[in-house]
Amino acid sequence: MTIVCILLITAGIFFFFAGAVGVIRFPDFYSRLHPAGMIDSMGLLLSMSGLALYVLSHGGLTGANILTAIKIILIVIFVYITSPTATHAIVDAGIRAGLAPWTKKIKEKSDDDPH
Amino acid sequence: MDSFFLYAALAICLISVLSLYRAIVGPTILDRIIGVNALGTKTTVLLIIIGVLFGRVDMFVDISLAYALLNFMTVLASARYFHKKKGLHGESLIQK
Amino acid sequence: MIRKKTPSQPQAERSESGNGSRLVPFVVTFAVMMTTWVALSGKLDVFHLSLGVLSCLIVSFISSDLLITATSFKGMAGLWFRFIIYMPWLIKEIVLANIHLLKLVFHPRLHEKINPQLIEFRSRMKDEMGLVTFANSITLTPGTITVSLSVYGDYVVHAIDDASAEPLPGEMETRIATVFGETHG
Repeated sequence: MTIVCILLITAGIFFFFAGAVGVIRFPDFYSRLHPAGMIDSMGLLLSMSGLALYVLSHGGLTGANILTAIKIILIVIFVYITSPTATHAIVDAGIRAGLAPWTKKIKEKSDDDPH
Repeated sequence: MDSFFLYAALAICLISVLSLYRAIVGPTILDRIIGVNALGTKTTVLLIIIGVLFGRVDMFVDISLAYALLNFMTVLASARYFHKKKGLHGESLIQK
Repeated sequence: MIRKKTPSQPQAERSESGNGSRLVPFVVTFAVMMTTWVALSGKLDVFHLSLGVLSCLIVSFISSDLLITATSFKGMAGLWFRFIIYMPWLIKEIVLANIHLLKLVFHPRLHEKINPQLIEFRSRMKDEMGLVTFANSITLTPGTITVSLSVYGDYVVHAIDDASAEPLPGEMETRIATVFGETHG
């Protein structure tokens, strides 16, 4: 069981790393949102399930430990509900400000004025 | 097992620095918001790991939940605030 | 975000129009709130439970028309059941798209590989909850982000490359239409 926990947490940290690298490497902020919002949520899901398993397996199946695990799962559910909303809020702000998305053909950020 | 969690926390801290890079350098304000949001997601996990290290997960899980809430609210409020603001393109605010 | 009712909608007028239509969202919101309260507090004595009942009553009185828009219990159990059936498919889709995006992130020639684009399409769904669920599912799947959604079902989606953009209205819309009880789609 400990090995499963270690594997899950390591996979989660790997996803976090991929998200951070993606946020740095992608060309504009619309495409940066993809790794920032989604790969990070995946990393959170993996590492949180690893931690919940660790709490359950090493603390024993007492009531307090089960409650703690339920709370950890609740955080994951909460993040998965709110993360699309936050992403949509940022994208909406960008579109309303008139930021044009980076495209392959133009190869430059267009500087049209915000309305 | 404790040392594994210690190294995991250390790795998350180092990855947070990468997100912090985007939050500091980012050409537009929205890039900075993305960086701060990614940083907050990692901090949520970091708080749970700190709880495991101290043996007080039951206490730290509440802090973590509150942090996740706060992170969401921060992003929502700042994205709403910069809806029609200037300065999004990184240009100087004084010239326009 | 599309909301069926704004919170500033006068509530007295609605409660006059029909008591039954107001009661069902109230009860469902109260049940959800109370479950969350018990899970978060973890104390089951009379003092904490009565505090929870009091605050949940206040919250669900103020905001019961925000989350739940159904007006009767009929069909609600089936809807939730079909939604839970839909969840594993969505999680599988999220994991697959995550792996695709992961390959993209570590690709050495990233800027040739990606092709960010805005695509538009129109959904044939009518139910507003279904439209919002579809928009959130698109955003949850890495590689695609819903930029805007109108009441008539016009979607604008930002996709990171062609492989993410290609299957878009497709299977996911059909499944969500099935969840919300619409046969076409």
